[in-house]
Amino acid sequence: MKMILKNNYVKLLLVVSLFIMGCNTDETQTVTNFDNLVLEDNFDVDGQIDTSIWNFDIGNGAEQGIPGWGNNELQFYTDRTENVTTENGFLLITARQEAFNGSQYTSARLQTKGKFDQRYGRFEARMRLPYGQGMWPAFWLLGDDSDGEIWPQVGEIDIMENTGDKPTEIFGTIHGPGYSGAESISKLYDLQNDRVDTGFHIYGIEWGPNYINFYIDDVLYNQLTPEDVADETDGEGQWVFNDRPFYIILNIAVGGNLPGPPNADTVFPQTMLVDYVRVYTE
Amino acid sequence: MRNRNYRLLNQAAVAIVLFIAVAGCERDLSDEATFATFPTQPDIFTDNPIGLTDEFFISFDPAIGANTEAFDTDNSEAYEGSSSIRIDVPATNDPNGGFVGGIFLDRGEGRNLTGYDALTFWAKGSTTATITGVGFGSDFVEDKYTTVRSNIQLSTNWRKYIVPIPDASKLTQERGMFIFSADPGSTNGAGFVFWMDEIRFENLGTIAQLRPSIFGGEDLVEQGFTGSVRQVTGLGAKFNTATGGDVTVAPSPRYFDFSSSDTSVAFVNESGLIEIIGEGTTTITAQLNGVLAEGSLEITSAGAFESAPTPTRPESSVISVFSDAYSNIPVDYYNGFFTPDGQTTQGGATPVGPNESVISYTDLNFVGIGFFNNVPSVNATAMTHLHVDINVQEAINPGDFLRLQLLNSVGNNESSGVFTINGTELESQEWVGFDIPLSDFAGLADRSQLGLLFFISDTTISNIFVDNIYFYQE
Repeated sequence: MKMILKNNYVKLLLVVSLFIMGCNTDETQTVTNFDNLVLEDNFDVDGQIDTSIWNFDIGNGAEQGIPGWGNNELQFYTDRTENVTTENGFLLITARQEAFNGSQYTSARLQTKGKFDQRYGRFEARMRLPYGQGMWPAFWLLGDDSDGEIWPQVGEIDIMENTGDKPTEIFGTIHGPGYSGAESISKLYDLQNDRVDTGFHIYGIEWGPNYINFYIDDVLYNQLTPEDVADETDGEGQWVFNDRPFYIILNIAVGGNLPGPPNADTVFPQTMLVDYVRVYTE
Repeated sequence: MRNRNYRLLNQAAVAIVLFIAVAGCERDLSDEATFATFPTQPDIFTDNPIGLTDEFFISFDPAIGANTEAFDTDNSEAYEGSSSIRIDVPATNDPNGGFVGGIFLDRGEGRNLTGYDALTFWAKGSTTATITGVGFGSDFVEDKYTTVRSNIQLSTNWRKYIVPIPDASKLTQERGMFIFSADPGSTNGAGFVFWMDEIRFENLGTIAQLRPSIFGGEDLVEQGFTGSVRQVTGLGAKFNTATGGDVTVAPSPRYFDFSSSDTSVAFVNESGLIEIIGEGTTTITAQLNGVLAEGSLEITSAGAFESAPTPTRPESSVISVFSDAYSNIPVDYYNGFFTPDGQTTQGGATPVGPNESVISYTDLNFVGIGFFNNVPSVNATAMTHLHVDINVQEAINPGDFLRLQLLNSVGNNESSGVFTINGTELESQEWVGFDIPLSDFAGLADRSQLGLLFFISDTTISNIFVDNIYFYQE
């Protein structure tokens, strides 16, 4: 999410699945149940976002030193109710087409840095996504950098990303040293007879020492381990997901390197609905 | 007898029928309880036509140019299996007809398509031509639920095409399985071949984000009169598909639920016909499958239209440009919209009652009625007068005028003459008839090729009705 993603998912998918088949990961897999709920936001209070959990990222990234949020994204993030609010038990993040502080689009990005950071666990959100060329919604985690460490050493886990021109496809991705941006390790999941913008789906990971499982609804569609990283990077990549706590981010980006800009067919405004975000530990 | 009917039931219907049988134990189950159970067979053509009539292709009428020789099946080409449908799109000048098209009709009473969301098929072309239209819902009898996707761009490889169903709940008993039309318009008149295979209805689950439209998505404002009718036009249904972006189809009016905000002014029937029945203002809107359509028509009805006096001259001594009393000459337009020349005038011929229309001009500065470009010009040498009825729809002020100008041999050794009507000769909200000797059009030497009639007010008068425009011999 943070940097350019343009890798060949099909190739990765093949490599990952060959690896899993070839090494019988199943036999050595540790089964753990993450059933201790430690964070839950059901967005049940209308018009009020719980700021004991969430921070708002504001602007076009320039203040953070990454204009276009590192990806040439086109939106200006605000904390206005036009872009982010709660209603009927849902968090609503709305991307709009409007001239605002030099940008042509506005949207919102919520994150939990300093308020909720955790290493390992089950992170999941039930969401309905926007649609249309240029939409780039995401539910993702970034490693806590308060010790001065920088990306990609801190690590990034993209639990769910989607581009609005492909309403049946989502992908889960990890970034770390030796496999970030265009070289990140990713897998695409293509929904059968269903879409991401017409109903709610649960997007999540089960994350423990030396593994991350990616799932949508009741389908576990990928597992990534240090062996996968080594295999993908010819032994150069480093597994950084045992090192530190990560925080949660929810956003819609508009345009940028991955989805490309909106076109004449893109309908605005577009809203992402989040029913809940839940985090469990063992 | 009953058992035979039951075989047609799907499980849900069986459950309902059983429930009725249990709950309503007083009543014997009648045969009428087994309704809405037509076959749900999705396939139309795989290697053979599925459940279609023996001569499963019914061509459009050869009388309108349809080429009935252009349809066949092909055992040497197939996307899947062994056979496909082969269409030899004729050249424009083919003596057997310059286009091909028709329908595939279900053999039985019709199919229940409520469980599907799209018609799909595979096609490939001998060249990357464009097929005019493809769809379903036409049975050549009622054509109730016709839906067509226009301009299908072929590839020279097999490619899958999707025609979304606007609202499948309507298709409980559909016989029109497939409709297509193709002509060589995209190939400069040269014929080409395309093949179609695996034609079927599917429940893709990925057809979504319906955005319907009426009047092409425009919000129109019009004037109307009691007794006149309008048709809701410009119907569309745009869907988003999994991999093909947005796809728009043209549904028939029956898919829409039309409504009028004031049914004492006008109402709309299920075929999209608007009937104006009273005075006032109403807005016509529509929904498709519960989604409000973009576009509307606001009609302000002034009540019954006060008609101009009916002309009495015999048809034999008249050349009529615009009148309900005579058969009119063909014209290029009743408003040329010479916008680049500074024309502001809006409007044109408009219905004001059953079988009655007038010309209504608004924002008038000048406007032309043309009959020279794609239609014959008028030889008025035997005629002596021009008649016109005018009804000014505003207060008339000193200095107001309406100048009529006739042009002969437009654009080629052109000559013209003008005749000016002073505002004092006109009445506000009343018809005034003028019989102007053609010799009074100063400067009009020749009237053997009349082609344009202008109304010029230079904005002194903005809103008029005009009727009964005809040349006559005294």
